[in-house]
Amino acid sequence: MSLEEWLNRPPGMDLLVREKDNTAESELFFRRALVLLSIVLAGFLAVASRLVYLQVLHHERFTTLSENNRVRLQPLPPTRGFIFDRNGVLLADNLTSYHLEITREQVQDLDATMMELRERIELTDADIERFHKLVRRSPPYAGVPLRFRLTDEEIARLAIDLYRLPGVEIKADLTRHYPLEALGVHILGYVGRIDESELSHIDPGQYSGSTHIGKVGVERFYEDVLRGRTGWQQVETNAEGRPLRILSRTPPVPGQHVYLTVDMRLQAVAEKALDGYNGVVVALDPRNGEVLALASQPTYDPNPFVNGIDFASYRKLNTSKDRPLLNRALRGVYPPGSTIKPLMALAGLEYGVVNRHSGVYCPGFYRLPGSSHRFRDWKRSGHGSVGMDRAIAQSCDVYFYDLAFNLGIDRLHEFLDQFSFGRQTGIDLSGEKSGLLPSQEWKRRMHKHGWFAGDTLSVGIGQGYFLTTPLQLAHATAVISQKGVDFKPRVLLATEDPGTRIKTLEPPHQLPPVKVKNAQFWDTIIAGMIHVIEGGTAYRIGIGAKYRIAGKTGTAQVFTLGQREKYNARQLPKHLLDHALFVAFAPTDDPRIAVAVIAEHGGGGSKTAAPIARKVMDAWLLSKYDDTSIAPGSLPASDDGLHGTE
Amino acid sequence: MEQNDNGKLFKLIHLDVPLLLGLLAVSGLGMIVLYSAGQQNMDLVLGQGMRLGLGFVIMLALAQAPPRYFRLWSPWIYLAGIALLLAVMAVGDISKGAQRWLDLGVIRFQPSEIMKLAVPMMMGWFFAEKPLPPRWLHLLGGVLITAIPFVLIAEQPDLGTALVVGSAGAFALFLAGLSWIIMFGLALLLGAAIPLFWTFIMHDYQRQRVLTFLNPESDPLGTGYHIIQSKIAIGSGGIYGRGWLNGTQSHLDFLPEGSTDFIFAAFSEEFGLVGACLLLALYFFIIARSLYMAAGAPDTYTRLLAGSLTLIFFLYAFVNSGMVSGLLPVVGLPLPLFSYGGTSLVTIMAGFGILMSVYSHRRTPTR
Repeated sequence: MSLEEWLNRPPGMDLLVREKDNTAESELFFRRALVLLSIVLAGFLAVASRLVYLQVLHHERFTTLSENNRVRLQPLPPTRGFIFDRNGVLLADNLTSYHLEITREQVQDLDATMMELRERIELTDADIERFHKLVRRSPPYAGVPLRFRLTDEEIARLAIDLYRLPGVEIKADLTRHYPLEALGVHILGYVGRIDESELSHIDPGQYSGSTHIGKVGVERFYEDVLRGRTGWQQVETNAEGRPLRILSRTPPVPGQHVYLTVDMRLQAVAEKALDGYNGVVVALDPRNGEVLALASQPTYDPNPFVNGIDFASYRKLNTSKDRPLLNRALRGVYPPGSTIKPLMALAGLEYGVVNRHSGVYCPGFYRLPGSSHRFRDWKRSGHGSVGMDRAIAQSCDVYFYDLAFNLGIDRLHEFLDQFSFGRQTGIDLSGEKSGLLPSQEWKRRMHKHGWFAGDTLSVGIGQGYFLTTPLQLAHATAVISQKGVDFKPRVLLATEDPGTRIKTLEPPHQLPPVKVKNAQFWDTIIAGMIHVIEGGTAYRIGIGAKYRIAGKTGTAQVFTLGQREKYNARQLPKHLLDHALFVAFAPTDDPRIAVAVIAEHGGGGSKTAAPIARKVMDAWLLSKYDDTSIAPGSLPASDDGLHGTE
Repeated sequence: MEQNDNGKLFKLIHLDVPLLLGLLAVSGLGMIVLYSAGQQNMDLVLGQGMRLGLGFVIMLALAQAPPRYFRLWSPWIYLAGIALLLAVMAVGDISKGAQRWLDLGVIRFQPSEIMKLAVPMMMGWFFAEKPLPPRWLHLLGGVLITAIPFVLIAEQPDLGTALVVGSAGAFALFLAGLSWIIMFGLALLLGAAIPLFWTFIMHDYQRQRVLTFLNPESDPLGTGYHIIQSKIAIGSGGIYGRGWLNGTQSHLDFLPEGSTDFIFAAFSEEFGLVGACLLLALYFFIIARSLYMAAGAPDTYTRLLAGSLTLIFFLYAFVNSGMVSGLLPVVGLPLPLFSYGGTSLVTIMAGFGILMSVYSHRRTPTR
């Protein structure tokens, strides 16, 4: 077979060379066409079954994906509630601030527009750089901010020409604002931008669309009340993300207004009365636990924190020796010093280790049996023979050394614990410290050795391991004034629905009362406290008082004197001077205010702290306010009982 | 009687009524869908109407020509097509990263379109007088006739059209009665050629398309985006669809190319499984009718020509619907008579014109 023959051979067939046979070929074509038609059918059936797979079996999944494509949930952040004082003085609101926004797709010549704007308002390089960075990240239909915090003048200058500048808009947003600035900042706190650490514990749904959160103080503690509830709208968007129409809308619920128990006029008096001292004034209404004033000096202006304080200013605040950011009322811990003595006396009466007639001879020092160590009295010459009343009034250390020694630390701890020492009072402000009410068990745990009798003596005069917050002192004083009736301190007076203006009063939180065997014990120590003012260590603040005060001075040592050393205020640098303490309540027949004052490095309690307390009590009880600018405010509280404590 | 008169009229103008009805049904449905998929842009619909009108006119015109003229012209059309392809390689416009267009000043057109008709014609011409099933030598000739334009078009690169042209040749060989054993062997050879094809012929973007087809989610924002959005559109249509003008995927621009290559997805979103299956049935009807007409052709030339033209139509419909539903890789073939624009519409209608001519002149052989 030649090559030609082979090539002419029909493949796969016999060697016969056939002629063209149209009928046979037509039949062959018909068969092949049928085969192809089956292939066509199979192809379309394959597509059809694919459609069944997509449209029937996975229909729901693809419907969801389609909806996810098209429907966006947009959060509608709520308006934060305002904060007022007890008289309706506005303490925190939301100010409208204006910023300049450019919508890229509406601007034909961006550079020309920028030039035009530069002629009218100041634009820093940083503004422009940030703008361009944002433009690159944003879709063309989104407004991108160019300048924040436009002044009224700038707005006026822009407003005239805005019609000539398409795509340029002045937009309003709400910024938290504290009109009284630094006044009362340690109560109010502030809001700030949500930071990384907060993101982990907030509800992301509630906070989407929100940029701010309460950081400290009332703003933090009542965050959930002030914040309101985020609303949502479902928006249909196209593939570029451009919103086309609103499908449904759940409006946000605005935050509640909050009324505080604080009287800002009194707060102003208290902050001013501290007059240069770092220190604290806490004033409570002993009848219900309301915080009337809570001053901690120094203070700071919370407004810069709202939109992010600049680094230099923050560092200055944070590293200052005076620690202005520290809320000393809740977070400052001090030895209570002699202000604890009335309670020591009460404990002595309760456990029967003393009675109000029994006396002690004070030679100016106290020695434990079998020891030569001298525990000194503040008065070197001694008080001579002292009973309970004079021991409180003159603040005789030796009397209380003896009393504490006879009580022992266990009973002392058990008794003082009832007054919330060593634990939080439970005030509705965050960050409260517990202080330290020492016990044998505590010392074993912390110091790995046993309790000494000397430790008890120190605690007996409010020194040693004993540490309290000013709030605890004020609270304990309030409990004394009520003869054991105990209210949890609080700053929330009422909440108000911003829509209906209906107020909900916060009821007093009564705690289990402190019970003593004989109610007259209270009268005994209160008499001692009255005599502190009337002829006692704080006699000077009693002069000219139009009401009776019961109080107790105190001095907290900043450092321990050696056995032979002598405390001499004039020779010591200020930061080593003793803290001056004073607690008081008034009027004694119907106590309406309980105060605790600490003036750091103020020297003696009677000289420095007591006059501060007097000013505060005068202001509250006699309505002597020197700052008339804090008038009951623009949104006065309704007269359903928010005012009247008098 | 009137029916008869009508029948006579259509016979007179050489049109096959069932096929014409099928084509009109698909085109009409296509216009309705296009109105929705094209964002209710009437200009788009009118433009498509004009193009379809032109297509039907061309079909009508070609139907009048006796098939022997096609046979006479076949080699010249084929050679002219090859020459134009070479011209495109030399001076063609670059559009969408591929050299396809030849700008003749007045019109720009794709010479590769011509080959969709020229290859079936040339195959028919080549085998017309040769005894079938084809001999080895003739098989080689057929393969060459197909392979030359295939390689030229694939190099442009236009994988879709190359596929159509190559398949047209393959269908012609199959219809010519090529033995199953040989076909099996050729298929094996083709399979072996795929790696070579992958390495030397295919361009990066084409390889990417195939890779994306194998795993669309690997590139959800790039090439995979098309197919993901297309599947979402089809799947969300369900059994009865979202209703005309209610497709969100197409109306909100999530579906890319919703009025052109991906119009099947827009259609399935609004008309559901029922609508999509109806369309597939219409396509099947057109193809079945066309194959029936081809089988009735008087001789080898007309049979092979009509048969492979029919299968080109099938290829378009199948590859497009398969691609849009994620069954096949993304190949840029339009859905015939449905997708907006494209010179392929005119080519396809011309193909049906030839088919009509072949069928209506079935009593007169081409020689």
